Amino acid sequence: MNCPVPLSDYPTVMMAHGGGGRLMQRLIDELFRAAFVDVQPHDGAVLDIPQDKIVITTDSFVVSPLFFPGGNIGNLAVNGTINDLAMCGAKPRYLSVSFILEEGLSMETLWQVVRAMRTAADVANVAIVTGDTKVVERGRGNGLYINTTGIGVLEHNHVIAPDQVKSDDVVILSRDIGRHGMAVMGSREGLSFESDIKSDCAPLSAYVQDILQAGIIPHCLRDATRGGVAAVLNEIATASKLQIDIRENAIPVDEAVRGACEILGFDPLHIANEGCFVAFIAPQEQDSVLDILHRYNPQAAIIGTVADNKPGLVTLETPIGGRRILDMPAGEILPRIC
Amino acid sequence: MKYLDEYRDPQAARKYVAAIKKITKKPWTIMEICGGQTHAIVRYGIQNMLPDEITLVHGPGCPVCVTPIEKIDKALEIAARSNVIFCSFGDMLRVPGSSKDLLTVRAEGGDVRAIYSPLDAVQIARDNPDKEIVFFAVGFETTAPGNAMAAYQAKEMGLKKFSMLVSHVLVPPAMESILSNTECRVEGFLAAGHVCTVMGIEAYAPISSRYKVPIVVTGFEPLDILQGLYMCISQLEQGQTNVENQYVRVVEEHGNRLAQELISKVFRIIPRQWRGLGEIPQSGWKLTAEYEDLDAEYRFDMIDIVQKECSECISGEIMQGLKKPMQCPAFASKCTPDHPLGAPMVSAEGACSAYYRYGNE
Repeated sequence: MNCPVPLSDYPTVMMAHGGGGRLMQRLIDELFRAAFVDVQPHDGAVLDIPQDKIVITTDSFVVSPLFFPGGNIGNLAVNGTINDLAMCGAKPRYLSVSFILEEGLSMETLWQVVRAMRTAADVANVAIVTGDTKVVERGRGNGLYINTTGIGVLEHNHVIAPDQVKSDDVVILSRDIGRHGMAVMGSREGLSFESDIKSDCAPLSAYVQDILQAGIIPHCLRDATRGGVAAVLNEIATASKLQIDIRENAIPVDEAVRGACEILGFDPLHIANEGCFVAFIAPQEQDSVLDILHRYNPQAAIIGTVADNKPGLVTLETPIGGRRILDMPAGEILPRIC
Repeated sequence: MKYLDEYRDPQAARKYVAAIKKITKKPWTIMEICGGQTHAIVRYGIQNMLPDEITLVHGPGCPVCVTPIEKIDKALEIAARSNVIFCSFGDMLRVPGSSKDLLTVRAEGGDVRAIYSPLDAVQIARDNPDKEIVFFAVGFETTAPGNAMAAYQAKEMGLKKFSMLVSHVLVPPAMESILSNTECRVEGFLAAGHVCTVMGIEAYAPISSRYKVPIVVTGFEPLDILQGLYMCISQLEQGQTNVENQYVRVVEEHGNRLAQELISKVFRIIPRQWRGLGEIPQSGWKLTAEYEDLDAEYRFDMIDIVQKECSECISGEIMQGLKKPMQCPAFASKCTPDHPLGAPMVSAEGACSAYYRYGNE
């Protein structure tokens, strides 16, 4: 599909594309609506939701660079919100999309992002139903920012949340870790290193629906995005007032990701993922959940257990058999000096 | 992963721990010099695999930790200037000066960039001929060849707007300073393998014989450290005080001569302030007369800035092995990695941060 806005007219985003006039209307009609066919020409969308319980979530996406190996800001913005809904046990149904465009952004870039969003929404069977566009002056944005809000439906009456985690639960990781963070880092200007690491950016809703349809109610699900698996485990240990004990040797890490982390002095447990989640499961259901996850990724693994010991503590058995505390990462990940 | 997994093998580690337990008869206090070793010790939980008789204390070998506060303040002031691109190794960005850190300067509008190689700063200088490019050249002997090469290349290329804020420090004088303290508890050392890769191991024999301590040049993987400890304890138990090289796969006796030649062309030895330790004679490097025009302190008129350190922080005692991080009243209360009072809480390699992060159950 080629960009439907005639490039000869406006090859880049102009301030007028956000001005509410004819140019904005053309952008919406010819570019956005060409991809987002479910968007109605109105101020909002009327949704048909038969279920009693809906789940709503919102997320903003500011990734730099806009394109990275394995994805771009567009499919990230769709999958990120879909995954937050999925982690609540909901089936994602609808998305709103809000763009903040920087004056001077190439129309072709915008089209590639929009097209990636459409594809990601189709894969996850989600409708993009409403949206908004603003344009900021050159130098005041990073090309573009995207906010997506998602609505999903709960087709069961269970609560899947950190406070539902129980002592003796097993901790299952859905796949190998660290791909998204290292893929983005590898493509950043000034930090380039040669690798074939691709982001794991992907929708997780099908995994969760398969688990639910097998009659299994996970106690808690959490996608390991910013802060990585270490942050997620610490958040859940704190919220559940339980101790989590994991084994570093059980955590799958791709060789290329591990190599890049070694060179840069990062801990893969601190690196962001966009298609990987941690599940807290009753022990009698661990095999069934692993079987389901293995259909998607053979690296899904049990990485630890929950204990009624020190509330909020996460410990890690080191590869040589020692044990240490696994702490929350400090924030911005900075490479060590030597 | 080849060349890593071999040195993290659980069975081999268990064998070394058993061997250490077998030879250990008396209590010993051993200092690992380098922050990278401290990091590995806590990351792999090595301390609590060892017999109770062995106490590890964490030395001053974290360059981020020992960079004096006034040097950080100079960095902050330079980095805040509108015509400057300030380049630094990543973990220096979070080190507190007297009022803020480089990350805050960046948030306030300064162009502060984390780089991986000093030569990246040279490239930035080539790409931005209108800007002043300042590289924060910190570190021990390990980073010195790369930092010296940046200065050398910038001069060869005639990059008039490239300069370096230098805060280089040297390991052997710091070891002597620790050992000459009458309260010193350290009975054996694991010397820093990467420092010796550059400089060789010849400087350690006089220290070992003068202060009667075994010194084992040691690597950074868990098995390196366990083997280094085994060698050190074995000497201590037998009353020996030799320099030994555990890290033979990397370290040669004379070091890297080419690197040493470049270093001595670009840097000269001076007395240096260490954060927490004070001034140590002959313990630092600054640019030689030939390279002095690259000195950011002269270029930005920073010579007169003087600052005092936080009085609550006991980092000096921690880095000399006199106290453990938990013995500091501010540890994990007033002082955390998010709000560090002293530098050892800042860097992942700093002893306080390592204890906070990985803790001991």
